[in-house]
Amino acid sequence: MADEGIMREVTLTLPIAADMEIAATKTATAMAESMDMAADKVDEVRMAVVEACINAFEHSHTEEGKIFLTFAVLGDDEAESLRITVRDSGQGFVPEDIVESKIGDKIHSESKRGWGLQIMRGMMDTVEIESGKDGTRVVMTKAR
Amino acid sequence: MTESLKLEIERRDGVAVVYTEGYINNLGGEEIARVADTLIKDGHKVLLLNLRGTKIVNSIGISILIEIIEKMIEIEGRLAFCNLTPTIEKTFHIMGLAQYAGIFADEPAALAELAN
Repeated sequence: MADEGIMREVTLTLPIAADMEIAATKTATAMAESMDMAADKVDEVRMAVVEACINAFEHSHTEEGKIFLTFAVLGDDEAESLRITVRDSGQGFVPEDIVESKIGDKIHSESKRGWGLQIMRGMMDTVEIESGKDGTRVVMTKAR
Repeated sequence: MTESLKLEIERRDGVAVVYTEGYINNLGGEEIARVADTLIKDGHKVLLLNLRGTKIVNSIGISILIEIIEKMIEIEGRLAFCNLTPTIEKTFHIMGLAQYAGIFADEPAALAELAN
């Protein structure tokens, strides 16, 4: 995949505000449909984008008050995959510290949350996270 | 830009059916939880959430639905879902909701299992 060229690319800056993740899903949908991705796969991409955005909205604590997304259709002669990057300049975290959530632990527990990364991984083919003191970058891909 | 969730309630054969239309986010999840609370207080022990009008959810909204599952466990009731999109159904399986709540293809299939 690293050898694939970028056929089309759209960048989006989202203010951190209620339901702004829906704006990101509209761009994701347009890009996925432009490469003739199957409808069910497009839906999965939308779900992953929602989760990536709300994770950044909630946990980045960025002073900029916004996050940055890049949607890239990758391929050479024809579109092969969609790559979505969600970036913030917040406080970062240690990805290895994130433990898998289990509903049995959530029932009757005070915290019911913590599902975002699992959902993103379930919906996309690959999810990679780079995070540090300068912020977090989540790169997700899904083949057509 | 806040996407609102609309709810309708019908009672069928001892099952309280809640129809959703719109985005199940934090506010949507809280609204469903409020309605479920009222139905439970009214004596309903079997709730069916028909998501026919919901095409998108987020994990915050679904996490709130786990609270309804807890309450149904406490009253020895049942919570079930029907008419999920494939992606929402996949999300429910990833989160494990299927272990505690019935998931049915459509309302007739759900009522055949849940109704008196």
